Amino acid sequence: MNKRVRKLREQSLNAVNRVSHERAVLVTDFYREHLETGLSKPVERAKVFEYILRHKHVCINDLELIVGERGPAPKATPTYPEITLHSLKDLDILDSRLKVSFKVDDETRKIYNEQIIPFWQGNTNRDRIMQNMDKEWLNAYEAGVFTEFQEQRAPGHTVLGKKIYSQGMIDIQKEIREQIEKLDFFKERDAYERREELKAMDIAAGALIMFAKRHVDKLIELSANEQDNSRKEELEKITAVCRKVPAHAPESFHEALQYYWFVHLGVIIELNPWDSFNPGRLDQHLYHFYRKGLKDGSLDKDKATELLQCFWIKFNNHPAPPKIGVTARESNTYTDFTLINLGGLKEDGSDAVNELSYLILDVIEDMRIVQPSSMIQLSKKTPDKFIHRALKIIKTGFGQPSVFNTDAIIKELVSQGKSIIDARNGGASGCVESGAFGTEAYFLTGYFNFNKVLEITLNNGTDPVTGKQIGIQTGDPIKFRSFEQVTKAWQKQLNRFIDIKIKGNNIIEKINANHIPVPFLSVLIDDCIKNGKDYNAGGARYNTSYIQGVGLGSVTDNLTSVRYHVFDNKDISMAELLKALNADFAGYDEMRHKLVYETPKFGNDDEYADQQAVEVFNCFYKAVNGRPTARGGKFRINLLPTTSHIYFGSVTGAMPDGKKAGKPVSEGISPVQGADTKGPTAVMKSAARIDHLKTGGTLLNQKFLPGFFNTSENIVKLSHLIRAYFSMDCHHIQFNVVDADTLKDAQKHPENHRDLIVRVAGYSDYFNDLGEELQNEIISRTEHGGM
Amino acid sequence: MKGLIFDIKRLALHDGPGIRTTVFFKGCPLNCLWCHNPESRCFDTESYTHLDRLDGQVFKKQKEVGKWMSVDEVIREIEKDKIFYKESGGGVTFSGGEPFLQYEFLGYLLHACKHKGIHTAVDTTGYIKREKFESIYKLSDLFLYDLKHMDERLHKKYTGVSNKLIIENLEWLSERKRKIIIRFPVVPGYNDSEKNIDLMRLLLEKLYPNVNQIDLLPYHRMSGSKAERFGLEQQIAGIEKPDPAQLESIRKKFEETGFTVGIGG
Repeated sequence: MNKRVRKLREQSLNAVNRVSHERAVLVTDFYREHLETGLSKPVERAKVFEYILRHKHVCINDLELIVGERGPAPKATPTYPEITLHSLKDLDILDSRLKVSFKVDDETRKIYNEQIIPFWQGNTNRDRIMQNMDKEWLNAYEAGVFTEFQEQRAPGHTVLGKKIYSQGMIDIQKEIREQIEKLDFFKERDAYERREELKAMDIAAGALIMFAKRHVDKLIELSANEQDNSRKEELEKITAVCRKVPAHAPESFHEALQYYWFVHLGVIIELNPWDSFNPGRLDQHLYHFYRKGLKDGSLDKDKATELLQCFWIKFNNHPAPPKIGVTARESNTYTDFTLINLGGLKEDGSDAVNELSYLILDVIEDMRIVQPSSMIQLSKKTPDKFIHRALKIIKTGFGQPSVFNTDAIIKELVSQGKSIIDARNGGASGCVESGAFGTEAYFLTGYFNFNKVLEITLNNGTDPVTGKQIGIQTGDPIKFRSFEQVTKAWQKQLNRFIDIKIKGNNIIEKINANHIPVPFLSVLIDDCIKNGKDYNAGGARYNTSYIQGVGLGSVTDNLTSVRYHVFDNKDISMAELLKALNADFAGYDEMRHKLVYETPKFGNDDEYADQQAVEVFNCFYKAVNGRPTARGGKFRINLLPTTSHIYFGSVTGAMPDGKKAGKPVSEGISPVQGADTKGPTAVMKSAARIDHLKTGGTLLNQKFLPGFFNTSENIVKLSHLIRAYFSMDCHHIQFNVVDADTLKDAQKHPENHRDLIVRVAGYSDYFNDLGEELQNEIISRTEHGGM
Repeated sequence: MKGLIFDIKRLALHDGPGIRTTVFFKGCPLNCLWCHNPESRCFDTESYTHLDRLDGQVFKKQKEVGKWMSVDEVIREIEKDKIFYKESGGGVTFSGGEPFLQYEFLGYLLHACKHKGIHTAVDTTGYIKREKFESIYKLSDLFLYDLKHMDERLHKKYTGVSNKLIIENLEWLSERKRKIIIRFPVVPGYNDSEKNIDLMRLLLEKLYPNVNQIDLLPYHRMSGSKAERFGLEQQIAGIEKPDPAQLESIRKKFEETGFTVGIGG
């Protein structure tokens, strides 16, 4: 990287994460002082958006080529009091906690105390949601049976398609106005609602143009005062770019990047949608501009690289908004899950890898930052050269890029009812979630704790942690005469809790549709304009709501333990087992040894153990898949944990696989930490036993010692390993390449390992930013050494 | 028909082309001083004390190394990774110990693999009666052939047996145009002298190009606990790993003659 990029990168890495009160103040001001009466909800929200963009501080950092910040400065992170309200205590915790802290200054505390808290207390969307949940939901939520994504962040979960690369906001406004013209108030019952939504979109699109104009003004001012002639020239160039986009369609590489960046800021300022918005198939979107620039001489490889690197830094300047409570525990990270997709297939089904795909890999390798994260899409048609190049970055051990199976993603999307073209334009976002980019609203609604459900089943409907009966009485397990009775009982509990979750989701979806429309995001995702319907209300072409199953490996091993010891071998009685679990294995060391070391385990290509995984998976799929959502979509499943397996483990007691109370459960579809002893091929075979194509994403973690990647021959073998895994229709795999000693040393001397990045679960993070428990877990994840 | 197997390792990366499963036969006619697979030597099951650790507590269990397995059982294990062999051009490697010690069992396995279209390799000491070789050598797609020392006296001293038969068998196999990769364990101070390397080169040049590939296997010490478990003292204490520069110079010598040389197998 050149001097400019090195400096910008250094600044970004060193910038302190802090809470900015700017947005909270503007939103509060708007509602207190400027809210006109009689506005429809979408128009009201569009006006809030416009108000923020009109009044927020315009920040242009020295040396930047791509401009614009969500907050007043890099890593100054706004809050969203209309969604969730931080209490003073929350702010104190954010300020002082060891990991993923956000500094809070006295001014912010004062403003929160005097203005923000009094205005929003009891009036946030979170309050609205919690007030509308029934007792069963609240009990299950508090016990940790599931989490709820929308209690602190807006729905989101989408990726931009190719729209903005051929249309300016003015073009889009034109389209919106045409739609308004077409409304038929005589025949269409919802003509009014649609008009209001379209009006709101028009305002929001206009607001982004205004926001860019404010940057132009600021740039002119900076340029007038700039002493350095070359920077002055640069500022003038950037000014021209911001004059052009987002108002008009981009014509150059630089304009395309800057346009996207304005759009990105718009989405994450409007609300705090889950999973940072993301450009998706960047190598595809930019390729035209890249070729054009090379041809007309306005661009060369170095210039393109520099612009991309400046673009990369913008993402790193924008940590995920700070969370509170359970959500902070389930997913505690600065990472906001932007996932750049490279490779894959074109619309016509041909290989999409181009020279820009390689160039972006160079950028990823050079930048080595957690955000944006990156992945490669690997199809049968992807050339070996591309995966080998990617593996050479993976082996450097910062967890990027991860590897996805394009062919599986397309099959998943098509089987959900998407057109083949929309599916091929899709990919994976967030952690591992399949989506049709530019056309789908795919909300993640919450993690679901398989193992807590089993714990409740083993206690006949009661949560042993609180003694509360929160499930159904499925019978005293001591009286069960066959293993089938255990699985039947578990299945019954699962169905019950899934019903509770889905009912809650459907209420929340309506609340979000009615109270927090997102007209700006709706401008971007097809077919919200055509439908005159908000993104949050089902306006997108495809609408999906996911429930994410967590702890497949653990629940499999738990069920296998019961089957093997209680019913098949009969060497442990159910009564004894339950006693041991109640005692958290105190005094039952021999039994625990047997459970841990002398029981078939998931991840070893052992059919006896893997059968339970298939059964759990099928039950979960049957309970969820295809059920209607309140906004006209369908519920689907995927299997990914982010970091919720730590939280779910902490609320779950001792379990039959030997897990002690409070310890983490397994993550993704990976085996229980350390339970896989037959190597990666066995893990892959076990993982392939479930039908990945019925999901919207699965996550498999594999950890390798750096030695594994030493020779180019092994790199080739690793690519074969991945291709074989994908030939079994599997969805995703990611690699951690670090040795345990390095990690242990990093725990002891974090100061010496500031740049140590590890793959956590669908994303990478700085090792130092992880909680100790998660650090320990990453250390203990099976290391496939000595090969 | 059953054979005595002491381990089956999947995703073996150093035992031939592609992703492989290596089946380790128990029992070996050689007694190499530097052997780091002590459990491979004795042609019988052996009992040892296994230690499991759980939260700082140690659990002792009597376990057996070596398992009498049927052809079907072994094939079932081999077939588990068929999809990986197919993708990578890999297959199965029969190693040991000395697989030819159980040549009938080996024959059945090779035959079954051939039938199922699985690529096979046999890793052998070469210290086998010719007739055992003759009966099944055609069934293996590849031989990984160990050469340890060219000096007969020293070979006997370090491994317990003469190298005469080993060299004769190698020549015989090479004449029959079998695909062979030579495996040379480089043990500093024992077989890495210039003289030994030159003699080895002389022999292999005669076999070129039927034999055109050599893998240098740098000596690494077995873990002390592994030795202890099998009641074996570390027989040659104090040997260090070969110096990388020296490995490079050996590599160069063979490469000059046209051989493909790998380090680490």
